[in-house]
Amino acid sequence: MSFLVRRLAQTIPLLLVVSLLVFALIHAAPGGPLSLYLDNPNVRPEDIERLRRQLGLDRSLVHQYLAWLWSFVRGDWGFSYADGRPVMQRLVERVPATLELVGTSTVLAVVVALAVGVLAAVRRGFDRVAVLGAVAGISLPVFWFGLVLQLVFSNALGWLPSSGRSSFGATGIGDALTHLVLPAIVLATAQAAGWSRYLRGSLVQALGMPFTSAARARGVSERRIVLRHALRNALLPFVTVVCLDAAILASGAVVTESVFAWPGIGGLFTEALAKRDYTVLMAFLMCGSAAVALLNLIADVAIHALDPRTREAA
Amino acid sequence: MSRRRRAAAAAGGVLVVMVLLALLANVVAPYGFDVLDLAHRREMPSAQHWFGTDELGRDLLTRIIYGARISLAIGLISAAMSAAIGISVGAIAGYAGRWVDDILMRVSDAMLSIPRLPLLMIAAAVLEPGVPMLIVLVGLAGWMETARVVRADVQSIKTRDFVTGARALGTSPLRIVLRHVLPGALPAATVATTIAVGRGILLESALSFFGVGVQPPTASWGNMLYQAQTTMTTEPWLGIFPGVFIFVTVLCFNILGDALSDPGRRSM
Repeated sequence: MSFLVRRLAQTIPLLLVVSLLVFALIHAAPGGPLSLYLDNPNVRPEDIERLRRQLGLDRSLVHQYLAWLWSFVRGDWGFSYADGRPVMQRLVERVPATLELVGTSTVLAVVVALAVGVLAAVRRGFDRVAVLGAVAGISLPVFWFGLVLQLVFSNALGWLPSSGRSSFGATGIGDALTHLVLPAIVLATAQAAGWSRYLRGSLVQALGMPFTSAARARGVSERRIVLRHALRNALLPFVTVVCLDAAILASGAVVTESVFAWPGIGGLFTEALAKRDYTVLMAFLMCGSAAVALLNLIADVAIHALDPRTREAA
Repeated sequence: MSRRRRAAAAAGGVLVVMVLLALLANVVAPYGFDVLDLAHRREMPSAQHWFGTDELGRDLLTRIIYGARISLAIGLISAAMSAAIGISVGAIAGYAGRWVDDILMRVSDAMLSIPRLPLLMIAAAVLEPGVPMLIVLVGLAGWMETARVVRADVQSIKTRDFVTGARALGTSPLRIVLRHVLPGALPAATVATTIAVGRGILLESALSFFGVGVQPPTASWGNMLYQAQTTMTTEPWLGIFPGVFIFVTVLCFNILGDALSDPGRRSM
């Protein structure tokens, strides 16, 4: 319990640093958050002055930061510059699509990483191929990989739809699934690549521990040793890494959703970027970082709860 | 020579060729950088134009060779910058310990928890950077991993006897860190930096792909893809070739990084 409190106490200053960075970034724009209007000949200087006062931009930066932070914490995230709707509403309506994509790709990546990691740990020949595959997976430019898959499977072969979450007017599960295949593969590739290497590493380590030798001496089958004894020990660090990679996943989702016109939060981000919709962008970065910090917290707490060895050190 | 060494040698060879191509672009490129040939627009790859031509009849191979200058420069210089920051931060945090360590590592954790690409995309959209500023942005966003590994090494090295001995002789802390502690942390920092080069190239390409990175008429592999994405179905070569160059270059840097890391504790 005290561990949880201590970890939570570390997360809050972390989020404060993030918020400072995000705030500083937006205000680094030449002309500040209203720079978009400065170039627009239809917006008169007195209108900009009025907006500036309305938005509190004439106050000191410290004042502005505190006011922004306070309203953000209370759930008042302001209004989108693009369509005037509340930012939170715009983000929330995009959550289901992102969860669908990210959930599918994560499950896919975990399954592939488990299979490849275990095989690579026990078969040397396969390991050589797996290393190359993993390095290649990490080196792929995500957006280019997406474009090539679209080209091959949508345009050339015509097997799968190239973009969107569903065909116009279609509601079936089959239709949704065919739309999900390509973006999920793109997003899962980089994840699976890194994770499979990590799992292989910790499996090899576990297979060298005395308890596996002991199991072998008792005549336990090799299959059972790998899958029951070693894998169980290797799984915990694996789960941690899956949680810790959330930040990379968020970056990947932005690119993938944009390439495949997936109507999720990542797609919203690129739309907002094109329109310099700063309120949406700030909210996205804050929520993204908070989600990453939260997942890291969960990983730490889970390890602490499940692995007694980590408790002694603390 | 082990398999890994051979792979690393091959990767290194490819990279040397790539760098030479970029440096000698005005000599080796088959056409001039901005030579328009409106009679031969959007042509498929052929003997005259190995990678085809774009919508203005410019030779794609030529543009890729010139683009290599920008993409490689961004990857290499930003990684050097990340290394400088990361090694300094890691060394200070690891050697000083206590509150200095706490503060530096909290900042590093915070930076790591902000999704890197979206952060850079916003920064690039706000600042509308040229190539030098883009290098600085990518470099500023990539020092945390280096700082972490250097800090860990410094922490373990500073408790060793030869460091205690140097301290007993009255050596200044700065000299101890520079002469006795940091050399031990260099291998890990080198691996992190090699990987950072590949990441920098990927980040440049992603930023340019979204239109906030390198701006035309300067060619980079990323903004060539940005221009190609709308015509991917009719002129696929315009998108495929720059992507292959990004992929192969990043792959080579990652293979190098993998081979440089001690096999006993590979970080992959």
